[in-house]
Amino acid sequence: MFKHIVSGTRHIGHQVIEGAWRLGVATRFFFLVLLKSGTSLRRFNLIIRELYFTGVLSLIIIIVSGLFVGMVLGLQGYETLQKYGSESAVGTLVALSLVRELGPVVSALLFASRAGSAITAEIGLMKATEQLAAMGMMAVDPIARVVAPRFWAGVISMPFLAAIFSVMGVFGGYLVTVVFIGVDEGAYWSQMQSAVDFRFDIVNGFIKSCFFGIAVTAIAVFEGYDAPPTAEGVSGATTRTVVTSSLVILGLDFILTAFMFRGVS
Amino acid sequence: MQRVTMDLWVGIFVIMGIAALMILSLKVGNLNVYNPSQSYVVSGNFENIGGLKVRAPVKSAGVVVGRVTDIQFSMETYDALVTLSLDSRFQFPKDTFASILTSGLLGEQYIGLAAGGDGAMLKHGDKIMKTNSAMVLEELIGRFLFNKAAEDDSL
Repeated sequence: MFKHIVSGTRHIGHQVIEGAWRLGVATRFFFLVLLKSGTSLRRFNLIIRELYFTGVLSLIIIIVSGLFVGMVLGLQGYETLQKYGSESAVGTLVALSLVRELGPVVSALLFASRAGSAITAEIGLMKATEQLAAMGMMAVDPIARVVAPRFWAGVISMPFLAAIFSVMGVFGGYLVTVVFIGVDEGAYWSQMQSAVDFRFDIVNGFIKSCFFGIAVTAIAVFEGYDAPPTAEGVSGATTRTVVTSSLVILGLDFILTAFMFRGVS
Repeated sequence: MQRVTMDLWVGIFVIMGIAALMILSLKVGNLNVYNPSQSYVVSGNFENIGGLKVRAPVKSAGVVVGRVTDIQFSMETYDALVTLSLDSRFQFPKDTFASILTSGLLGEQYIGLAAGGDGAMLKHGDKIMKTNSAMVLEELIGRFLFNKAAEDDSL
């Protein structure tokens, strides 16, 4: 019995130390990427190539899911608000929930599973097939050549994707409530415009999506670079990317929201 | 994939992103209605602000002319000191009447300004002297019941 308690405690301690150690390595790697991104920023076509794979190819999923999230918000909001006779406030509901929370968070979750996993798998496989080692042999720094462009492409594309998501959501809400159900069009837009504040809602949403972009791509490139160079290792790293970045997005969202909207209505 | 096609798609992507940000700021956020850079600040004491919040609109004749920037409890007069930031395009006479109103039955509270007849205008840092408190539902019901009881007594 005593032996079980000791081994259990030891196991927990091992996990904690292992986690802290990994976090330290990840932070060091993050600063190393920042330090070595000068080359990739000068050779901007490297970033453009990666922008195509992370940003442009994520467009379809972002547009379609933004549209549907907005449509569902419109339907549910209308169902609830019409009980109180204030269905004209549905525009406010849709826009505020999209711009403040759902736009940045849901698009970051989609981005993590669509682009983050791809980045991890690509870098991990490059490591497993010793392409990174070969680059090092040719005096090409793999962090500057492979990791940094992917990181910056993710950081750049995330705010754009979140903004596109929000706009598609607002349009989806408009489609359902105004076109299908028949809420007054003027009320939909004017109530939305009087409730949404540029500084507090839109700028804060934008800042949120920038943070999410940094977090997701930093996790993705680190997991890929850190993956054990086996088939199993790469698959495990891809799974960890999606799980860790989803948790980090949701946790970070709470912290950012607490800072941004505390004390504001 | 061809390098040129890739560049084109990335360009389209960036344009879409910037367009989305523009739509959010202009169409959803209505950036151009109220510009706080050209504004002047006035304050007023209210006996009871009810549910008034910071950033609530200040309206005159239903048009948004400013926002509430600060609400504090004043230790000198034991009431609420509300600071308003008004758009400098709109000037109001010194004896303007400020009251806390509610939009709709259950809507948000805002400050309504009714212009007075004074020749001098409100300037930056001035104080609105004529204020009207928020309508508090409990007080209203209490007054109604009190009146009702008085009526019944007189019968």
